[in-house]
Amino acid sequence: MTAQEILESLKARFGDAVLDAKVDGLPDPWVKIAPAKLREVCLYLRDDPGMLFDVLMCLSGMDYRGGKLGVVYHCDSTVKHHRIVLKTEVIDADPHVSSVESVWKTANWHEREAFDMYGVVFDGHPDLRRILMPDDWQGFPLRKDYQVPEFYNGMKVPY
Amino acid sequence: MGLLDQKFENSNIVITSMDNLLNWARLSSLWGMQFGLACCAIEMMATGASHYDLDRFGTFFRGTPRQSDVMIVAGTVTLKMASRIKVLYDQMSEPRYVISMGSCSNCGGPYWEHGYHVLKGVDRIIPVDVYVPGCPPRPEALMEGLLKLQEKIRTESLAKKKSA
Repeated sequence: MTAQEILESLKARFGDAVLDAKVDGLPDPWVKIAPAKLREVCLYLRDDPGMLFDVLMCLSGMDYRGGKLGVVYHCDSTVKHHRIVLKTEVIDADPHVSSVESVWKTANWHEREAFDMYGVVFDGHPDLRRILMPDDWQGFPLRKDYQVPEFYNGMKVPY
Repeated sequence: MGLLDQKFENSNIVITSMDNLLNWARLSSLWGMQFGLACCAIEMMATGASHYDLDRFGTFFRGTPRQSDVMIVAGTVTLKMASRIKVLYDQMSEPRYVISMGSCSNCGGPYWEHGYHVLKGVDRIIPVDVYVPGCPPRPEALMEGLLKLQEKIRTESLAKKKSA
């Protein structure tokens, strides 16, 4: 299925949840989905006989600046040999995205990492803790406005 | 090899000072604490393996701080790891030594400016005896560091206080 066809069927089925898309002239065509609808869309992409996206290749956190955070999903179908990128955007005052851990188990650690680095909260994740930074770390290091702390547990952090 | 062996040639009597004897014994069996943290650990393993054979200096690696004399901090020390290193260092029995291997554990290495998660030098939490530069240092460099540490131990005295 081409990216255009995937986009059309997503639009037909989810309507308002498809916020934006760019499928022409890109190596990785993307569709932007409303954060609350994300799990539903992913479930459809995985289970629909025409889609069968059985692999979540990557899940990345994003900081688009100006208080906007995002999550990007690279999905692949090893059965149908097609790909699509899903994007979603939230504001940093209310960074809630529905978790896709129940759709693809791969998402478990990836979502923890996105939470650790950007502070995106994945609703429905079974175990949303920091995965890389220490548990008592303050702040989210990959946000653009992040300031490195002067000290961590008595150890000087800057050079 | 050493002076002691030559004295031992024709009789069973060896005359030496206590310091000399003890230092010789200690520097000839420096047991290392496994502390591979990053790519330096690969070089450290290569140094320990048959090609470079760290065993001939009496050094081999132990899995516990209680049996170790020297901790070779090989790799990037993250802030998360730093507190663990401190605990393990405290668990080593004295006299204990630390070799800081590679740029990361010397001074933060490539993470010196933007590494929010990296301790900029392991000497910020534990005292270091020998710094081995390199990214990562070749096995020869690590062996040189170990020989430097042996030199240091050779001049020590258990009766007198360790010079700080």
